[in-house]
Amino acid sequence: MIEAIRNAHDIAMERDERVVVFGEDAGYFGGVFRCTAGLQKKYGKNRCFDAPINESGIVGAGIGMAAYGLRPVVEIQFADYVYPAYDQIVSEAARLRYRSAGQFTCPMVIRMPTGGGIFGGQTHSQSPEALFTHVSGLKVVVPSNPVDAKGLLMAAIEDPDPVIFLEPKRLYNGPFNGHHDRPIVAWKSHPMGEVDDGYYTTPLGRAAVRRAGGDVTVLAYGTMVHVAEAAADERGVDAEVIDLRTLLPLDMETIETSVKKTGRCVVVHEATRTSGFGAELCALVQEKCFFHLEAPVTRVTGWDTPYPHAQEWAYFPGPDRVGRALTQVLEG
Amino acid sequence: MSERKPLFLHVPEPGCRPGDTPDFSDFVIPRAGEVRCPAIDAAPEDIRDMAFSIVRVLNKEGEAVGPWAGRLDSETLLHGLRHMMTLRSFDARMLQAQRQGKTSFYMQHLGEEAVSCAYRMALSDGDMNFPTYRQAGLLIAGGYSMTAMMNQIYSNASDPLKGRQLPVMYSSREHGFFSISGNLGTQFIQAVGWAMASAIAGDTKIASAWIGDGATAESDFHAAMVFASTYKAPVVLNVVNNQWAISTFQGLARGNAGTFAARGHGFGIPALRVDGNDYLAVHAVAAWAAERARSGLGPTLIEHVTYRAGGHSSSDDPSAYRAKGEATAWPLGDPIDRLKRHLVRLGVWSEERHAQAEAEILDEVRNCQKAAEKNGTLVSGPAPSPKDMFEDVYAEMPPHLARQRQEAGF
Repeated sequence: MIEAIRNAHDIAMERDERVVVFGEDAGYFGGVFRCTAGLQKKYGKNRCFDAPINESGIVGAGIGMAAYGLRPVVEIQFADYVYPAYDQIVSEAARLRYRSAGQFTCPMVIRMPTGGGIFGGQTHSQSPEALFTHVSGLKVVVPSNPVDAKGLLMAAIEDPDPVIFLEPKRLYNGPFNGHHDRPIVAWKSHPMGEVDDGYYTTPLGRAAVRRAGGDVTVLAYGTMVHVAEAAADERGVDAEVIDLRTLLPLDMETIETSVKKTGRCVVVHEATRTSGFGAELCALVQEKCFFHLEAPVTRVTGWDTPYPHAQEWAYFPGPDRVGRALTQVLEG
Repeated sequence: MSERKPLFLHVPEPGCRPGDTPDFSDFVIPRAGEVRCPAIDAAPEDIRDMAFSIVRVLNKEGEAVGPWAGRLDSETLLHGLRHMMTLRSFDARMLQAQRQGKTSFYMQHLGEEAVSCAYRMALSDGDMNFPTYRQAGLLIAGGYSMTAMMNQIYSNASDPLKGRQLPVMYSSREHGFFSISGNLGTQFIQAVGWAMASAIAGDTKIASAWIGDGATAESDFHAAMVFASTYKAPVVLNVVNNQWAISTFQGLARGNAGTFAARGHGFGIPALRVDGNDYLAVHAVAAWAAERARSGLGPTLIEHVTYRAGGHSSSDDPSAYRAKGEATAWPLGDPIDRLKRHLVRLGVWSEERHAQAEAEILDEVRNCQKAAEKNGTLVSGPAPSPKDMFEDVYAEMPPHLARQRQEAGF
């Protein structure tokens, strides 16, 4: 997935000279996860450069650049580090078009690695998507595979509004279904790991059905898509797994169609539960599909604790927990 | 038992508070014309002293003296005087309109008119300002329509910002005036980003960042200083030190030590202080810094030393925290009086012409106000459509917002 993201940057920079890329270690070195490797060499220091360690500065400068007419794509080294930039994102980037009645806009992508599963402890594992889906004026994207990561990033860069682009870091080097004790799998053996070299976009705001099924709908995104698929396979449950891909704006049509068909719904995310994005999904499902529901909508999420280090796999909502929830809603 | 004395917290306090006699005797003011004018490519370390001095051009007698003088002809200065008088008159009318209940809020510039009015004359079309709420002189001197400003203040049907922003939070891309946030300091780093973009694009335009003394304590001030110095961005960084951040005196934002300009030293950014009530000095220093930026020499930090003669906003009563008479005791005088005296001395202006200009300006402002009130005020007449509330959140309205607009009945 790293190469897909790097390639999306490359093509975007090639096609549009307004695209500039910067962040901590993103220039010469190409980023701690190597997602911007080679871009400085190819496009020069004017278009891909290192930034001082100041997230508010990175995003604030990006807003100024976007207002000028460039298309900044900035990297926050870990989603856990984005909080110093929160004011710039929430009060500035998200509202610039609105408050200036369209005189100034902010076509900027703010990329950041999200989620756990790499023994990152509480400062390299968080999933803060709900802090952004709560903000009007932002778009929030979470890819689950290389093909989508490239197409969605390309669409995000071309989007006229600010996009929060959360990259599940446990998926950087291969699909991960939550079985941390099994050998690591590479993307090359996965159908969504084969990435087209050329230009393409994957439109924002559209979900994808990853696994068709008739008995229960699973709403997931990022790493949890793979976990949900594994849970359904292992339990032999006829689950329809929907990869939301874009959380804001949300593809409600796909969700509604599926839940009305299955009558059951399990929402899965790695982030903490209380006021998480799952709460929004549950509310929407009951608003739109209440009379089709056969069982209460259930959530499987990270616990409402900081992300621990040694206890990582007790925290991570793996296939066993998801599988239990599937069984429970089918029996209930 | 420890022999050490117990520690105590040091909280800086201003020299005087209500009940005290205003006293600025500690405030060191160089004579007009005394401070040198270095070459624009002077090394920051060679002009460190300028962060502790004050560039001044107009002396008490109204003469323009010293190396920063002689840059503007009298015709331009007459325009400058008119801009400042217009801003003052505009402020008075709009503060009154707020008191009459025609809008919710207002912020005036009283005593600070020279800063933004003179500064604007040093810029070129296409340059961009990232202002605070107290730089409307950039718009007045930049030729923006006062009726449009009032439409914004009234949030009426013709408000260019469609009723979405608090009064005075103007935006005019065309006039090089970036949308005002209201959250303090955020614009300072954005200005640096805009300037970096100009450099990336190989443009010749420059950005100007604005911040108040109190807001320099915000992290974004430091972010801007780091980015501006790192990338040598073509930006002029302006700190308007008007002595008061609502009720908090300026010393609280800087440990009551050094100056705001001296903040530039740690970043290697050339920094100087200017008499913010001296139209000629503000213009000369702004032109110097703008020329540095446009020549690729990087950022300059300017501390405009001025005084907020009025309240922070229409919601503020400074008598609760400032000594009575402090504004009149302020030793740098009034910017309009000082430029007026200079022009009278030059023989191009007189008391009679000044009184006549005041009357003309009042007429002009009143006419604009009448025109604006035809478009409505916050409380009466035509108003922006509630339908507009849902526009411009995104370039294209996503389905959930379209549903909410429908739900709201618009």
